[in-house]
Amino acid sequence: MSPAPLLSVRDLRVGFATEGGLLQAVDGINFDVRPGEVLAIVGESGSGKSVTAQTIMGLTRSKNARIEGSVMLDGVELVEAPDAELRRLRGDRIGMVFQDPMTSFNPVYRLSKQIGEAMAAHRDDLSKQDMHARAVELFEAVGIPDAARRVDDYPHEFSGGMRQRAMIAMALALEPELLIADEPTTALDVTIQAQILELLGQLNRDRQLATILITHDLGVVAEVADRVLVMYAGRVVEEGSLDEIFYDPQHPYTWGLLGSLTRLDRPRPKRLPQISGTPPSLLDLPTGCSFRPRCPHEFAKCTELPALEERTAESPRHCDRCWLSSEQKREKRQVGGQIGLEAPA
Amino acid sequence: MTTENLLEVEDLVKHFPIKRGILIDREVDQVRAVDGISFSIPRGQTLGLVGESGSGKSTACRAVLQLIKPTSGSIRFEGQEIAGLSRRRMRPLRREMQMIFQDPYASLNPRKRIGQIVGDPLKRQGIASGSDLRKRVQELLVRVGLASEHYNRFPHEFSGGQRQRIGIARALALQPKLVIADEPVSALDVSIQAQIINLLDDLQDEFGLTYLFVAHDIGVVRHISDQIAVMHNGKIVEHGSADQVCERPQDDYTKKLLSAVPIPDPRESRVRRQGSTATS
Repeated sequence: MSPAPLLSVRDLRVGFATEGGLLQAVDGINFDVRPGEVLAIVGESGSGKSVTAQTIMGLTRSKNARIEGSVMLDGVELVEAPDAELRRLRGDRIGMVFQDPMTSFNPVYRLSKQIGEAMAAHRDDLSKQDMHARAVELFEAVGIPDAARRVDDYPHEFSGGMRQRAMIAMALALEPELLIADEPTTALDVTIQAQILELLGQLNRDRQLATILITHDLGVVAEVADRVLVMYAGRVVEEGSLDEIFYDPQHPYTWGLLGSLTRLDRPRPKRLPQISGTPPSLLDLPTGCSFRPRCPHEFAKCTELPALEERTAESPRHCDRCWLSSEQKREKRQVGGQIGLEAPA
Repeated sequence: MTTENLLEVEDLVKHFPIKRGILIDREVDQVRAVDGISFSIPRGQTLGLVGESGSGKSTACRAVLQLIKPTSGSIRFEGQEIAGLSRRRMRPLRREMQMIFQDPYASLNPRKRIGQIVGDPLKRQGIASGSDLRKRVQELLVRVGLASEHYNRFPHEFSGGQRQRIGIARALALQPKLVIADEPVSALDVSIQAQIINLLDDLQDEFGLTYLFVAHDIGVVRHISDQIAVMHNGKIVEHGSADQVCERPQDDYTKKLLSAVPIPDPRESRVRRQGSTATS
């Protein structure tokens, strides 16, 4: 039996009033994250994945934002929670790692001070010595060599990968139950990316953290995730277990994402299968399926928006938003012996 | 000879001095950013230069283009030695070698219109002006997958992938022979990376371009390159055909780069993970 969800998101909608009208960045999404589980949210820029993460933490609250739906963290409603309450939860029960390790630290303070500050904001019983010792402990836990000395360095004395480790150390300072990592490896070299992913996986297993990993790269997802949510233009277009998404993907957009990866484990194709076109403007979405203008398999029914539902009888909790029948999908997703969106022209 | 080399680099060195002292700058040490590398690229082919941040690959590119003065070594373009050429003598050659940059958000002037950005090289080299310039730029925009109406727009109106197309149009405006692309796709979404790589492939076929393609992701490099050179600490540690380097790597550092690329296959990566925990 899987444990009860730590985080439950229901019908979450986030809109922003802009000069061009209401921009619906997130349009009704649902998901659960359980302790010890890594949920990956995958999508292109503008798909709403980061806004989702930021909304969970209450970071999108502003005068021109409209947030509806429910985000429950262990029985506490976050969408309606007062700012003070959210401030208490952030850092304490929810840790966050951002994309850019270069700009996430204050350059004029030592790392130990910044990590200590995060702790002091939530615990008033910790002495300076305690906090320093704890920072060293955290640096060791995330694999920073010579932690006792490096903890008093300034951010600029760290390389990108080391800074991201320090960032993770800070996120873990108060032993949160939920860790949100927004593109944690995008700014890093592949070799460093591999190390950071391994670290996240290990922390997830050892500490039974519930983790939300946000990324545009399905290669990263394959390394660490348990469940995957594929987002497109503010909606979830497919949801399933890691294996379901990689070996039995139902939505053409997922096929496109899988097809466009460069793969070292296969002979290189003459051309990379690509998804042509660009994501639609959220202010001017096509009627029906938002992926329709880029989809080579579009047909008459696609002008109606398909619901996100289980469409394959054999795998419950594997949902997608596409009108094609299971048989059609199985046939159409095969491009040159692999999964892809279309044969390159 | 059919496989004539467009670019030949021999024993290229770029050291940066580390200076100490207040009134008198004493040189106390050197950063050996590029420490004696040699490679050549046959006309119409692509050499992929791979390595981590700090391996010296970007410095190598900039030295080849004479954007920084190399410490020593020889760079021959179409047989002509260009290392140490004066700015004035370099100028006509600039038309032949162009660069595509990594960050499409930082490499386009936000206050200029696309038409100006792409047309400027043509104007500066005195190749086209007036309505001819406009026509040429619009043709270029269409060729790289944008539209001629984009001529009067500003960079902020475009997505990352579209901006990279603008950068490519600018690089191609002068019909160069050599294009140096420094991490051209690493700032882009994976799905957009494929579009840009395919575009670069098409343009190479169409215009017979020669590419020096620099990236840290060996998966991307393998796809576009004929040959791959792996750089580590300012030196080339392995050099060979793309398939040879990726399928039968000899050097330990190359092996490390290869094993770091995520395999988008969960069963594979589970096997790999178990393998690594068993050995550690």
